[in-house]
Amino acid sequence: MSDIAFVRSDMVPSKPAPGRTTGFAAWLKENLFASFGDTVLTLLAILFIAWIVPPLFGFLIGNAVPPGGTVEQCRVENVGACWAYIGSEIEFFIYGFYPMSEYWRPNIVFALLVLLGAPMLIPSVPYKVINAVAFFLVMPVVDTILLSGGMFGLREVPTEQWGGLLITLIISVVGISCSLPLGILLALGRQSKLPIVKTLCIAFIELVRAVPLITVLFMASIMLPLFMPQGTSVDKLMRALVGVTLFSAAYMAEVVRGGMQAIGRGQYEAASALGLGYWKSTAFIILPQALKHVIPGIVGNFISLLKDTSLVYIVGMKDLLEAVKTKNDAIEWASPTQSVTGYIFAAAVYWVMCFSISRYSRYWENRLNTGHKR
Amino acid sequence: MSDVSVAKVDREIVREKMTVSQTEVAIEIIGMNKWYADFHVLRDINLKVMKGERIVIAGPSGSGKSTLIRCINRLEEHQQGQIIVNGTELTSDLRRVDEVRREVGMVFQHFNLFPHLTILQNLTLAPIWVRGTPKAEAEETAMKYLNRVRIPEQALKFPGQLSGGQQQRVAIARSLCMNPEIMLFDEPTSALDPEMVKEVLEVMINLAEEGMTMLCVTHEMGFARQVANRVIFMDQGQIIEQNEPEAFFSNPQHERTKLFLSQILH
Repeated sequence: MSDIAFVRSDMVPSKPAPGRTTGFAAWLKENLFASFGDTVLTLLAILFIAWIVPPLFGFLIGNAVPPGGTVEQCRVENVGACWAYIGSEIEFFIYGFYPMSEYWRPNIVFALLVLLGAPMLIPSVPYKVINAVAFFLVMPVVDTILLSGGMFGLREVPTEQWGGLLITLIISVVGISCSLPLGILLALGRQSKLPIVKTLCIAFIELVRAVPLITVLFMASIMLPLFMPQGTSVDKLMRALVGVTLFSAAYMAEVVRGGMQAIGRGQYEAASALGLGYWKSTAFIILPQALKHVIPGIVGNFISLLKDTSLVYIVGMKDLLEAVKTKNDAIEWASPTQSVTGYIFAAAVYWVMCFSISRYSRYWENRLNTGHKR
Repeated sequence: MSDVSVAKVDREIVREKMTVSQTEVAIEIIGMNKWYADFHVLRDINLKVMKGERIVIAGPSGSGKSTLIRCINRLEEHQQGQIIVNGTELTSDLRRVDEVRREVGMVFQHFNLFPHLTILQNLTLAPIWVRGTPKAEAEETAMKYLNRVRIPEQALKFPGQLSGGQQQRVAIARSLCMNPEIMLFDEPTSALDPEMVKEVLEVMINLAEEGMTMLCVTHEMGFARQVANRVIFMDQGQIIEQNEPEAFFSNPQHERTKLFLSQILH
């Protein structure tokens, strides 16, 4: 027996982990040329990059006509992107048919969006409540008055004349701000113990999710006026806003419900046992955890909402993409790369917006990580 | 950490302070029955708990002990009979249910702390939003109870950063912050590493010494002997036997109780 007995006399001190081989060469060896297969793949990738980058560079920058150039320069053989076209039409892409003398009004709207929106998004900026009231209640009113006019001596500008990035941003911001709360309510309704509320929510969600957005937009255009008193007409932009918001809310509801299902029964019970009622435990215990679980899903919905705004052309709105499409046919800039340049520009604008949203959501995921997986 | 609690659990326990009221009833259960669909989980339960009593409920798994104490704050609904807590009868009236829940604290096997809130926020949430206590006052009370369970230094951490024993002590403190009249414990030490059981039991013993009315579902028979004034044994949804701990352990009457005790006591 004695030969298996063991008593430790000295504790093993903690030692630093073995140092990694460092330096650029070691990094190359480890990551790019670790094996024969890796080396082949690395070389193939380098060849691919060498093949694709120079012509791309030539098209976008080298042979391109910079803003301020003329249409004649854009008609030269083998010309690159015609940025001069974008430069000369940029105002149409941003404002649509909004009267040129009134551009200051949308400009104030853009400025408000940045000045009130940015501090909303940065957690360390104080006065969040005032900020939220200003952003969600005051700003929409101010923006509506400012853009529509017809009062305070402002010239009236019907929504048919609004267009371009302005419309895309309005629909996106309104859609994003309204569809999340609406989606949360629908998700709660779907989980409700009240049979009528539950049935209505399920019916709405399943109906809206089962039809394409284009159909919802058409229905919003044709159905909404039916519910209105005779003689009143619903503004086209309003129809698009309602359509996009409801559509997105149905998807949002299912994402939020998914998050709520990840919350264990113990959390509900602990909240109940402390005397918290339904709304308080939902607001303080369930939703904060559920929403945190599904940030990627929610943000995915935001991103597709933003891109889906390009479908509102179907009910006659000139959003950013539609504005670009319109000008792509403009005869005064007719040139070989005119429409390609237009689409690249539109894609770049969408990409910048969507990528920003995506990065911002990563930031929140990391910030909300409290190191608890239970 | 554990040296403190080991030393203390082995100390003399002051039973004189654990006084049971002769007149004030904390909980009264009369002819209570409960079914899960067709399954009769609780059968004809009659139980009267006086203020200051420490009752340990024991029994094999599936005997209905957890269900019984979960009926007392209506995490489970009963279908027949009466449950009267602190003079309020539990019915489907939600206001009465909330009234009872405010006065009855509960500690769960898996702690059920709120992982997205700090320890301090876990403790102050209910006092602030249920009782309407001002934040500063709620935090002061919270720190008092964190001191009492000996982890004030963890106040700003998140539950995920604490050990199991610490989390359970936070859970007890969270209930105490609501200043309850009655505490329910649903297997509070079953999910803990052996080394951490004592630190939680120690907190529970302190509570008993302060005269708290306690109902504990537990397998800690040592705790039952030291603290309880009554042990209830359940099987198949019914109360099979109850007695003072000394008599219960030394001289069990029912066959099922004898079998159970012979399995768990060595």
